[in-house]
Amino acid sequence: MLNLITKRLAVMVPTLLLVAVFVFTLQHLLPGDPVLALAGEDRDPATLDALRVQLGLDKPVPVQFVYWFGNILHGDFGTSYKTGEPVLALILQKLPVTLELATLALIIALLIGLPAGIISAYRKGTAVDYAANVVALSGLSIPNFWLGIILILIFAVKLKWLPASGYVSPFEDLSRNLQTMILPAFVLGNALAASIMRHTRSAMLSVLSQDYVRTARAKGLYEPAVVLRHAFRNALIPVVTVVSLLFGELMAGAVLTEQIFTIPGFGKLIVDAVFNRDYAVVQGVVLCTAIGFMIMNLFADIAYGALNPRIRA
Amino acid sequence: MIDKINRWKLLASAALLIAGTGLAQAQTLRIGLQDDPDALDPAKARTFVGRIVFTAMCDKLVDIDDKLNFVPQLATSWTYSEDGKTLSMKLRSGVKFQDGTPFDANAVKFNIERSQTLNGSMRKSELASVESVSVDGPLAVSFHLKSPDSTLLAQFTDRSGMMVSPKAATELGDNFAQKPVCSGPYKFVERVAQDRIVLEKFEDYWNKDAYKIQKVVYLPIPDTTVRLANLRSGDLQLIERLAAPDVKTVKADPTLQYATDPGIGYQALYINVANGDRAKTPLGQDKRVRQALELALDRDAINQVVFEGVNPPANQPFGVTSPWYDKDFPLKPRNVAKAKELLKAAGVTGRLKVEIMVATSTLEQQVTQLIQAMWAEIGVDVSIRATEFATLLKEASTGNFEIAQFGWSGRPDPDGNIHTFVTCKGGLNYPKYCNAEVDKQLFGARAVVDPAKRKVMYDAAQKILLDDMPVIYTYQQSWNWAYAKTLKGFKPYPDGMIRLAGVTLQ
Repeated sequence: MLNLITKRLAVMVPTLLLVAVFVFTLQHLLPGDPVLALAGEDRDPATLDALRVQLGLDKPVPVQFVYWFGNILHGDFGTSYKTGEPVLALILQKLPVTLELATLALIIALLIGLPAGIISAYRKGTAVDYAANVVALSGLSIPNFWLGIILILIFAVKLKWLPASGYVSPFEDLSRNLQTMILPAFVLGNALAASIMRHTRSAMLSVLSQDYVRTARAKGLYEPAVVLRHAFRNALIPVVTVVSLLFGELMAGAVLTEQIFTIPGFGKLIVDAVFNRDYAVVQGVVLCTAIGFMIMNLFADIAYGALNPRIRA
Repeated sequence: MIDKINRWKLLASAALLIAGTGLAQAQTLRIGLQDDPDALDPAKARTFVGRIVFTAMCDKLVDIDDKLNFVPQLATSWTYSEDGKTLSMKLRSGVKFQDGTPFDANAVKFNIERSQTLNGSMRKSELASVESVSVDGPLAVSFHLKSPDSTLLAQFTDRSGMMVSPKAATELGDNFAQKPVCSGPYKFVERVAQDRIVLEKFEDYWNKDAYKIQKVVYLPIPDTTVRLANLRSGDLQLIERLAAPDVKTVKADPTLQYATDPGIGYQALYINVANGDRAKTPLGQDKRVRQALELALDRDAINQVVFEGVNPPANQPFGVTSPWYDKDFPLKPRNVAKAKELLKAAGVTGRLKVEIMVATSTLEQQVTQLIQAMWAEIGVDVSIRATEFATLLKEASTGNFEIAQFGWSGRPDPDGNIHTFVTCKGGLNYPKYCNAEVDKQLFGARAVVDPAKRKVMYDAAQKILLDDMPVIYTYQQSWNWAYAKTLKGFKPYPDGMIRLAGVTLQ
């Protein structure tokens, strides 16, 4: 097990370096000039030149990269072009918000997706199965931004049960925090629930037709025990893979969802930074996201091992 | 008996307490902004929304009223010398910064010099004409100018005229924007990037009785639908830049009110006349083609179809109701026949192809599509290139465009709406239009203080510009606000700012 973890960690180092180079190059391929984006209406050429010098953008790109990467190795992610705040502080401020949103969304997705998947596999070909499939399909097909706005209009504008958007820290006011998070978490979780449901269903279907399930039934085991303990546990492996990959979708979905519900999280940070050509922030955020992905994949590998002893080698 | 009295007292004080908290809550005003402001330092700030926050936090030397007249704020009176090279100001007495230090002539000198020299200051070009500031007394200053500059007063109504506490600016240095200290009616409490900016009433403000709201919270909510939804759900009491298509919704909602001002900004089509190879088209080389395109526009239709009638048509850099508008060149109705004649006279045979570059905003793209349809009728085929705004600016500045469509939020002084766009070396002259006579008039208008004399010069320049037509103005960029019925005393201003004097919440 330890062996597996060290191997995975060693692979992460060159990957990270590659990501850093890639992010930096990609950024400079973006059309549009960061100084023009920054200067707003005060964009006369003299001001633009002064800004360029101030941000070090007058230097050749490789030199900029060396400066940036050298600083990162020292733990300095630079400062935001737009507000002058340190990038690391921004990331640390926004990351917990998105992690909370992602966790809540994942919980909602699992709460909907797993039971729906199990039931529709167990009752394959019945009305329940078809209904679950239709719901899953619509969950996948309805775009986040549309569902978000519709939910805001229903629950905030018409019924006035929930705030329309915004964010309150859970340490400030937990109930208010949950009120602001429930709609975005549902919007984000709903789409994931659909894919979790589909994967659970197909994994369950293949497991339920296995010999050992028939044997378990023949032993006269209580039916829920057969389905949950014997079948479901073995069906979980592909589902865990999907969930760990869904982390990517969660982050991508968070970008849109946070934009709609104006949640000051990671996704909103990067979208705004891209539009403002705030290179320092974009680079920092993408690098952190890459690290996040790698860690999630590592967790997935560990989880396989825990679930299936054959992988532990 | 004593017990009974005490109980009554207790009840009464509890009731008062509850009433008190109720009042305090009612006096928190939550405002939805379209973007998140940048650095909260008047010297470094660049964004429009930043100016909205500053309006509550930082007093300026001079303010404007709702008719764009200059009115006293930190300066109580001002005069130009005979030769126009000295501007002298008397300052308000008894004014304090939010850290308790007094505001005086030395503070003015400090602020102007800070804006001129600070690393990263965006005010340097605005204050370029100021050679030095002299302190003539505790509450009297003079600005000594390199050459007469009639635009300076207008600069003082904006960030160049905002006074920050010299003590705080010196102590905080580069971190000033994280904890700004000015002398306005509301002082800074906290900021969470992309989430909120909180201000609270400054109790030592010189005119504090005019401000009833205790606390102001600015929330950046970029999506207009969501911004409006927050207002309708009661989470906000005021939103800026309501989208034109939503005006109907707001008017129909009995709990909401709507306010508008035609503003001082405009939207225009900038035509590449001399910026690189893409200017070498009939459109760039022959003014008759440009005149034909203008005649083929139906500006009223644009206003009605896309903007529900809230953005009035414009054909000059100054709105129809502006004192600087040249009445000799009124808005012309659409004239397809004459436009076709002009095209023929310019030697255009067959269909003319032009490209319009526009930002990826829904409403602006709708405008371009309408223009495309209007111009098709005179034999001009428009292809639309929609690109994100930062890219559009880059393409425009490097000359990779035939027609670029974008707006200007407008400046209180006429110079700010015209000079930089059409003078030969103007910083925003993307078409690279150059005419010696236009330059002469527009530079001349900067050096004269008398508005009547300036008007003559602007008219002379416009006469040439409206014939050469490097810029076709399309409509005025009006400001639109929506707010809760419980908010009273809100007044729209042509600069789009939110001034909170006299505003109350019930």
